[in-house]
Amino acid sequence: MAAGDLLSNIELVSPSEFAKQKIKSIQEYSLLAARSIGNLFKRPLYVADMIQQADMIGVGSLPIVLLTGFFTGAVLALNTAASLGRFGALSLIGQLVSISMVRELGPVLTGLMVAGRNASGMASELGSMIVTEQIDAMRALGTDPTKKLVTPRVISTVIMLFFLVILADFFGLLGGAVVSVALLGLDWHEYWSSAWQTLVFQDMFTGLTKPVIFGFLISTIGCYYGMSARGGTQGVGKATTEAVVTSSILIIATDFFVTRFLFVLLGAR
Amino acid sequence: MATPTLPLEHRQVNDQDPAQDAIVFQEVVMAFDEKVVLNGISFRLARGETKAIFGVAGSGKSTILKLTLGLLKPDNGHIYVLGEDVAQMEEEELFELRGSLGMVFQEGALFDSLTVRENVAFRLMEKHEISDDEIEQRVREALSFVELENTIDMYPSELSGGMRRRVAIARAIITHPEILLYDSPTGGLDPVTSTTIIELIVKQRDVYKTSSLLVTHRLQDAFMMATHQFDRKSNHMQPLPRGTLTEVPMTFLILRDGKVIFDGNAHELAHTDDEYIREFIS
Repeated sequence: MAAGDLLSNIELVSPSEFAKQKIKSIQEYSLLAARSIGNLFKRPLYVADMIQQADMIGVGSLPIVLLTGFFTGAVLALNTAASLGRFGALSLIGQLVSISMVRELGPVLTGLMVAGRNASGMASELGSMIVTEQIDAMRALGTDPTKKLVTPRVISTVIMLFFLVILADFFGLLGGAVVSVALLGLDWHEYWSSAWQTLVFQDMFTGLTKPVIFGFLISTIGCYYGMSARGGTQGVGKATTEAVVTSSILIIATDFFVTRFLFVLLGAR
Repeated sequence: MATPTLPLEHRQVNDQDPAQDAIVFQEVVMAFDEKVVLNGISFRLARGETKAIFGVAGSGKSTILKLTLGLLKPDNGHIYVLGEDVAQMEEEELFELRGSLGMVFQEGALFDSLTVRENVAFRLMEKHEISDDEIEQRVREALSFVELENTIDMYPSELSGGMRRRVAIARAIITHPEILLYDSPTGGLDPVTSTTIIELIVKQRDVYKTSSLLVTHRLQDAFMMATHQFDRKSNHMQPLPRGTLTEVPMTFLILRDGKVIFDGNAHELAHTDDEYIREFIS
């Protein structure tokens, strides 16, 4: 293909048009996100769909979340052992793994894993329904797709991510414990008591607030890209990729702002 | 058995009382980006009447159906469905009205993760007030109407194209809607299956007197509907005796460049002097 042909296929958009499109997308996303919560106060409430989604999102993500948590804790212990050992502070490994996992790594890595697995799943499932007119058919049959499809996914993701993060934190601590005991020769009880006793209210509150926010972001972004998919299978593929990229970036960026906000609210440790 | 057709003068858009008709379009304008698809179209569909809509690809035929359902909002004009202006209604209000309408989408648009039973029962299950036994009975009735009772536990992916359209018809008619909208129900099907689908549409028209809009590319399908009526005794459609064609409540609407260029019955269509229409139907 000649370079001219290639360039002629690229659609050039003026900066003002580009800005308009982005603002419209943010507006549509905000409306969808607000409606997904507003639907909780309207009948019918699709409890069976919520349970089904909770099973798919929560139970389905369990293996990758537990493995990620375990090996993150393990590698954290391994990497910090050398530095702490130099200062004769190897016994602080439990504290370090505990604080790192509970405050940051547990919520963020679990969020990224769930985003990769479920934001893509939601975008592709809803996107396929859009391009095959199933969403239009649902509306034509008198059912609100945001109520039937979006709200159950949002609620299930928020609830399940909360519990997945707790499990990931625990498995992270377990991974750290295995490395500390098996490779570094630390005492099992000493590790756990130092890991447990170092945690304070701020750590737990920060660590458990984040999954609620991340869960909301993952599900609403996944659903938004799915519901906005256009242009057949290629459009569904694009929506899937964008859902994962956007939700991952937002998790990392939001993590900073939430951490800063909670520092101000609760005070830094 | 057939309902007498409406006199031609009654087929003009009635500005006074749109509630008397099943559907009324008044000066509807619809554009996608810069492209004007419908440029001030007006027509009416009387109760009990079936109207076949023709036009070249991209002429706005399917758009008319989506506007009727309120799935799209017009840029201008009024669309009255059972007396209510859907162009002015909120999505929440439309869900109620859509309970009186049934739509058969181009490719069926069946929910691929649900079985045929769940697809057909979807509307009833959403009401949350009908017993499982009644739902089962009504699903079987609807499926027996389209002669597909044996597919009740199958998934859409296990059905042929024609069977999927018939299941879509069963899903659309299960609540006995007052208006049915068919979007190219025979598109891409072989002639035998197309005739089966057309027979079902004629059956719905003649047995239940449902008002319908039918979008199609196949002129022969619409002519078959205009020249046949459903015979309950033989459970098949039969050709009308010669000279009785205008007694079928069936009209034709042709779109060109965003405008309605023809709105009349089969007899008027066959005797039109318009060159474009003559070429279109030849």
